[in-house]
Amino acid sequence: MEFFFDLVTNGLLVGLTYALVALGFVLIYKATSVINFAQGDLVMFAGYAAAVMLGMRGMPVWLMALVLAVGMVVLGFVIERGILRPLVGQPVIAVIMVTIGLSFVLQGLVAILWGASTRDLPLPVRMEPYILGPVFLSPINLVAAVIAIVFLIAFGLFFTRSRLGVAMRAVADDQQAAMVIGIKVPRVFALSWAIAGLAAAAGGVIWGNMLGVDTFLALVGLKVFPVVILGGLDSIAGAIIGGLILGAVESLAAGYLDPYVGGGTKDFIPYVLMILVLFVRPYGFFGHETIERV
Amino acid sequence: MINREAGVFHTSYESDMALYALPLAKITAWGMVALLVLLPLPLSLLQNEHLMSIVNTIALAAIGAIGLNILVGYTGQISIGQGAFMMVGGYTAAILSTRYGMPFWVGILAGGAMSALVGVLFGIPSLRIKGLYLAIATLAAQLIMEWTINHVTWISGGAQSSIYVQNPTVFGWELDNEFRRYYLILVFFLLAYFAAQNLVRSRVGRAFIAIRDRDIAAEIIGVNIFKYKLLAFAVSSFYAGVAGALWTYYLRIANYENFTLVVSIEYLAMIIIGGLGSVLGAVLGAIFIKLFPIALDLTVIGISEGIFGVRYGAVADFLANFQLFVFGALIIVFLIAEPEGLARMWENVKRYFRLWPFSY
Repeated sequence: MEFFFDLVTNGLLVGLTYALVALGFVLIYKATSVINFAQGDLVMFAGYAAAVMLGMRGMPVWLMALVLAVGMVVLGFVIERGILRPLVGQPVIAVIMVTIGLSFVLQGLVAILWGASTRDLPLPVRMEPYILGPVFLSPINLVAAVIAIVFLIAFGLFFTRSRLGVAMRAVADDQQAAMVIGIKVPRVFALSWAIAGLAAAAGGVIWGNMLGVDTFLALVGLKVFPVVILGGLDSIAGAIIGGLILGAVESLAAGYLDPYVGGGTKDFIPYVLMILVLFVRPYGFFGHETIERV
Repeated sequence: MINREAGVFHTSYESDMALYALPLAKITAWGMVALLVLLPLPLSLLQNEHLMSIVNTIALAAIGAIGLNILVGYTGQISIGQGAFMMVGGYTAAILSTRYGMPFWVGILAGGAMSALVGVLFGIPSLRIKGLYLAIATLAAQLIMEWTINHVTWISGGAQSSIYVQNPTVFGWELDNEFRRYYLILVFFLLAYFAAQNLVRSRVGRAFIAIRDRDIAAEIIGVNIFKYKLLAFAVSSFYAGVAGALWTYYLRIANYENFTLVVSIEYLAMIIIGGLGSVLGAVLGAIFIKLFPIALDLTVIGISEGIFGVRYGAVADFLANFQLFVFGALIIVFLIAEPEGLARMWENVKRYFRLWPFSY
């Protein structure tokens, strides 16, 4: 039972960081109906940038965070402007493919600029775990969870309280209607990419610290899909809950099943879960079920 | 030059639906076939097995790409799992021929059939979900199958998940060099190409296109969506399975690394760059995607050695990443500049020259 609690707690903490990455993904889908296959690569890019900046002499962490945040927001804008906007109105497959292309570009670019070898991303966080009874908590997971919660609350407030946030929800709901009442839809598109860049920056720093920074960091992006399918592609609450569920399930699977199958269930169970969910509830737990008419 | 066509006039339904709109097209098609059959001659005179192997790779890729285009381009069901379906075909063929001593053609057909079965299985979600959700579901199919084949030792044969197979033998001829293997691949390529051409102009093909364009409308006019979506998955996976099995016999090894997620994406890139919903486009895309890295390699090596005097070893690392970068950029540029791909470009060129000096 103690083992169980340990697994669940750590799984939930990891799940929060999944939720953070998924958040950027959901935002883009919600506002622009684009599936962003490059979200993981944005995370990787942010991780690299953070590691490179911290590698410079005398760069304090807060300055790094600031530069990174601004840089990723700008990158988000540039991507929307340069790549996604010309494709408005094109079929889904074209849009999917263009984000896949983007992911290759980012991977190639990062490796050319900064080399493919693994870098450390040291954060001023202590290494020894905190021990609460049966549960071992690693500090970085806690920090990550706190950052994730702060981000998620901030986004929650942004979407319910601020004008811009409400405008984004309006666009997500119905682009034409939003346009009619005077919301500048292209601006909202750009903004959602910028925010996704920001979420990727946070995700990049956290995951970079946990896994080390190299091009494999982009694989975090693949974990986003089960999360968003569980929660529903267009639901922010769904992203959070999907992330938590996935984190817990993954951790339990790794704890209980790995000894029998020789490891690697972590990379397998989420997708099986996802396929099952797709069979039973194709629009996820909180997703918006679209009703189609001819 | 003197005798120009003034348009294509069909007087019967049969002629409208014919595979070749004009006699000229028929001649061109047979000419192309003859050209393909004779292709190894000059290369074998040059003793250039390397060039032949490039052609073989392209032909193999084209089979898979045609299959994917039937599913994605004609039926509109996005699949990021073509590599996984090829993997199923490849391992099926390898297991049949090494453990059960089956001849290669049984392996190829069984590989296709097995893959079609798995394709239908993963196609079932497509009945409830579509578009982006389906793309993600097929992505899951890819990852699940990669994992399964890697972790179930009965399939993968244990060590490094690879199974070695013998060269296939046809009527006592062992296909032991690139030129001989070419003819094996060519037979399947031509079958794949003409089968696809005929499929898409048949009742089935029209049903596929109707589903792609508006599935609800298609259902209302009486297209059985359930049947045709699964059929599209089956046909596409069959192609993938055959291509995978051929890969296995061609390389004489079944290894999952040839069929990873990146490969699936490469196939998607082929049909998008080549042109969605065009059999010829799939082939053009395969040619482009397979030739492009080779051309890029030669250029970069040429520049680095010729101008900067850097040896190949020093740039190999850079080259791999640069290739990835340019590949991605190319996809983006193509989608923005010519969303309908090489097939449309080819059409435009043909149209221009059809009326050439008097194009007004």
